[in-house]
Amino acid sequence: MFGRRRFLPILAGCALIFAAGSARAADKTLLNVSYDPTREFYQEFNAAFAKVWKEKAGDGVIVRMSHGGSGKQARAVIDGLQADVVTLALAYDIDEIAAKTGFLPADWQKRLPENSAPYTSTIVFLVRKGNPKAIRDWNDLTRDGVSVITPNPKTSGGARWNFLAAWGYALKHWDGDEAKAEKYVTDIFHNVPILETGARGATTTFAQRGLGDVLITWENEALLAKEEFGTDTFEIVVPSISIRAEPTVALVDTWVDKHGTRDVAESYLQYLYSPEGQRLAAKHYFRPTRTDGVPAAELARFPKLEQFTIDDVFGGWQKAQARFFSDGGVFDKIYTPVR
Amino acid sequence: MITPAARASRIAIKEPPWLKVVLTLSALLFLLLFVAMPLAAVFVEAFRRGVDMFFQALVEPDALAAIRLTTFVAAIAVPLNMLFGIVASWAIAKFDFAGKSVLITLIDLPFSVSPVVAGLVFVLLFGIHGWFGQWLVDNDIQIIFAVPGIVLATIFVTFPFVARELIPLMEEQGREEEEAAMSLGAGGLQTFFRVTLPNIKWGLLYGVLLCNARAMGEFGAVSVVSGHIRGETNTMPLHVEILYNEYNFVAAFAVASLLAGLALITLVLKKFIEWRSGDTGRGAPL
Repeated sequence: MFGRRRFLPILAGCALIFAAGSARAADKTLLNVSYDPTREFYQEFNAAFAKVWKEKAGDGVIVRMSHGGSGKQARAVIDGLQADVVTLALAYDIDEIAAKTGFLPADWQKRLPENSAPYTSTIVFLVRKGNPKAIRDWNDLTRDGVSVITPNPKTSGGARWNFLAAWGYALKHWDGDEAKAEKYVTDIFHNVPILETGARGATTTFAQRGLGDVLITWENEALLAKEEFGTDTFEIVVPSISIRAEPTVALVDTWVDKHGTRDVAESYLQYLYSPEGQRLAAKHYFRPTRTDGVPAAELARFPKLEQFTIDDVFGGWQKAQARFFSDGGVFDKIYTPVR
Repeated sequence: MITPAARASRIAIKEPPWLKVVLTLSALLFLLLFVAMPLAAVFVEAFRRGVDMFFQALVEPDALAAIRLTTFVAAIAVPLNMLFGIVASWAIAKFDFAGKSVLITLIDLPFSVSPVVAGLVFVLLFGIHGWFGQWLVDNDIQIIFAVPGIVLATIFVTFPFVARELIPLMEEQGREEEEAAMSLGAGGLQTFFRVTLPNIKWGLLYGVLLCNARAMGEFGAVSVVSGHIRGETNTMPLHVEILYNEYNFVAAFAVASLLAGLALITLVLKKFIEWRSGDTGRGAPL
């Protein structure tokens, strides 16, 4: 009978602790379902927004965060994770939520300025100190003996940007010759020893486990990794041309109406476009879309480079997704896991 | 007449001493390399920046929430599975009924199903497009991406531990003692508490221990149903992954060291139980 004697008090004790912990003030809460590399940014942004909202509305707001691979997070929202706002790596993932659930209208991307992308990024290379393999531009990635780290485009939003950036470079380099572009991207993937599932996983593989000569990644991930692991360990190489990566944000109508949080959720997303929101984005290595209020020092870390958009080159996410990343698409054709 | 097996074992005993030394050393080396070293690494990493940083990482609100959630989930899952384990193994070992083998197979199911699939099953049932999804939304009940889903997934994966431990034990003990008690006029409950339970207590404790270790350490199934909301639906194993992904290695290993500590305590208790149950024999009073 020791079972009853020992476990009931423990159970009661834990229930008490838990009850005490979850009893919170009657503040409004928002759930922001985001992707991996925004953790540090939203931590600071949420605190700033809470302060502004308190001044404006008088009551507090607690923003709860969920982070993960962008596609996985979209899947969770589709399956019923009650996000008030989604801030994901690419518009396609939010399109999927709209198409599969109707939680938000199909034209959600028109509701906020700049294609609903308050901050952008681009795709750059991270190499080891001194750039021992002399990586200067995209064409260096296909050289023999260069080991390239990039995550799996099937699961990672960042990896899809990487893939499209490479393809876009090739199209420009070979004057729109799609066959040459396919050959070029195939050659890159011959140099990829391992496909991580997410951008952050790829960064830790490159930085922590020491695999690979070059990491293709978001500019914000590269800048953060350089900062976290010490500026004397890695160097960032900015290619001649890259893609304008637009992580997009949206309000999820069904859930804000159910939770009664529409006003605060709208202000939250608007605040991303404010000078303070833009400054914080820049501080956390995202390129602000409205640079007026952002100090020049924060902007200095973003080198100028030629950028193309997914709409220009690939006709938007729907087309790009279907052609390259769907089952049986171009990626399935060119990537063979066993070399 | 010497059987081939006996001859083989006699030859084995006559192996030269150097082989014994080599075998023992290689086994030790293997253990050191694959068990002791990784375990030590967890603690070394946890204390890399000093004891202060270690404790700071543990009292950080999100870490505390993760510890609280993990204990809470285990505090529900373990007693429930203990109860279920006793009932199921009692029924299986002491009675004959149709469908007994089906029941035994079902109990083993969570062992053979991958934890990820176990998690997805609950998404299919309780997700918004799942069987009960619309009804749950209409009634404002959140199961997956909330604490109830985590509890359910944990119960599912830890379901067989107690029953699997008790079934062979009870079967081995047979039903004579219970039948004797009954024939002397004891009721069903009385028989259970005064005859059966004292006989199985060490096995039961052992099962509960393993069940608890798994409940607190489960990653896959819980990860699928968690929704990863910080400070709310992250258990300790999930929190470790998050911290690691945030380049917060010291904090990640500090929380991991709690889980490793739990494993060590489980091992010590397990040894203790084996020693006690072997020492006092079955049926000894508590």
